[in-house]
Amino acid sequence: MSTAGHEAAANAPTAGEYIVHHLTHFNTTGHAQKDIIDFSVLNVDTLFFSILMGVLGLFVMWRVAKSVTSGVPGRMQAAVEIVLEMVNEQAKGIVHSAESRKAVGPLALTVFIWIFLMNSMDFLPLDVLPNLWQAVTGDHHAYLRVVPTADLNGTLGMSVGVLLVCLYYNVKIKGFGGWMHELFTAPFGSHPLLYPINFAMQMIEFLAKTVSHGMRLFGNMYAGELVFMLIALMGAAWAGTATGVFLFAGHVIAGSIWAIFHILIVALQAFIFMMLTLVYIGQAHEAH
Amino acid sequence: MNLNATLFAQLVVFFILAWFTMQFVWPPIVKALDERAKKIADGLAAAERGKQDLELATKRSTEALREGKEKAAELIGNAEKRAAQLIEEAKVNAKAEADRIVAGAKAEIEQEAVRAKEQLREQVATLVVSGAEKILRREINAQAHADILATIKQDL
Repeated sequence: MSTAGHEAAANAPTAGEYIVHHLTHFNTTGHAQKDIIDFSVLNVDTLFFSILMGVLGLFVMWRVAKSVTSGVPGRMQAAVEIVLEMVNEQAKGIVHSAESRKAVGPLALTVFIWIFLMNSMDFLPLDVLPNLWQAVTGDHHAYLRVVPTADLNGTLGMSVGVLLVCLYYNVKIKGFGGWMHELFTAPFGSHPLLYPINFAMQMIEFLAKTVSHGMRLFGNMYAGELVFMLIALMGAAWAGTATGVFLFAGHVIAGSIWAIFHILIVALQAFIFMMLTLVYIGQAHEAH
Repeated sequence: MNLNATLFAQLVVFFILAWFTMQFVWPPIVKALDERAKKIADGLAAAERGKQDLELATKRSTEALREGKEKAAELIGNAEKRAAQLIEEAKVNAKAEADRIVAGAKAEIEQEAVRAKEQLREQVATLVVSGAEKILRREINAQAHADILATIKQDL
């Protein structure tokens, strides 16, 4: 990533600068991360908004859970019950161990609610929170990204979490020996010559599952955010030109259409992430 | 697009949130849902039982009604039979009584007639004797001709 935003301090940013600026995280170093992987850096904005969304979602559900009644439910309780029932039904169909479901169900519910809320940060006007942040800090080049799921760290963090849960259930259900046996004998069969191939396939499977799990969500939200930026740029280019009126209209129309379509993506991606979580955990329960 | 320590932080947050849900959100709501499901199931079962009871009661009442009707019909039949019997008996008695009275009357009439005949015969005999006496005063001796007179009296 570049620090072009700093150099064009006096003038309005170019389209490239605008996008790069919007795609740079507010992290602990104060400037854009230089290396692809640098574990000394922490994205403060991603953490802040993901924790905020997690706490918000869980707080609402906790409020409901505290005053929950088995009689006639209120509207809020009914809403939470609908989501919970949906998750529970899916979990019942995929994870067949009732004992595991006591932990997997809540996990899937958390994933769904949390990701749904984090994705929903995309609905806020693109520049509202960054501009507010710039005004608060007094730094007109302060970085801020408000969608935690458009940060690969956020999504991979969750998918690695799911991987750990899968490993836990692999050992818990099959026993450590049983799991090791499966690692070396599945999918091709039990033969000493096949052991390394089997093991390699298993490793690739775990890696592919986890990376694709995180990448899928990240890619959707990142691309969605990028499209919002392009639409915003189109609207920003209208001033001063006669044809710009059409650009402004284009901004309104395209922005509306994309935002409406994004509602689907937000819910769908949250659902997909939850379903894959359940599927992977369900697979960990099944012996090959 | 860069990877950094946020990944691990997110991982920890993920587990903390999941733990919270597991501990404080999921169990009470699931419990409430299960309780409600049970309540509904109980309610439906009770309704089913009520329906069965109603059916049974209806059947029982119909049965009782039918029995009552049968009994009433039987009573009425018996009463009618008894009444007919009484009438028949009364008729027979009355007829017997009437016959008896008629027979008594007949017997009395016959007796009366016999007695009247007897009296009449006595009187005619006396009249004949006195007539004959008047005609035959001198020639006929009442004592000497008593047996003839008795024979005449017999033939009357």
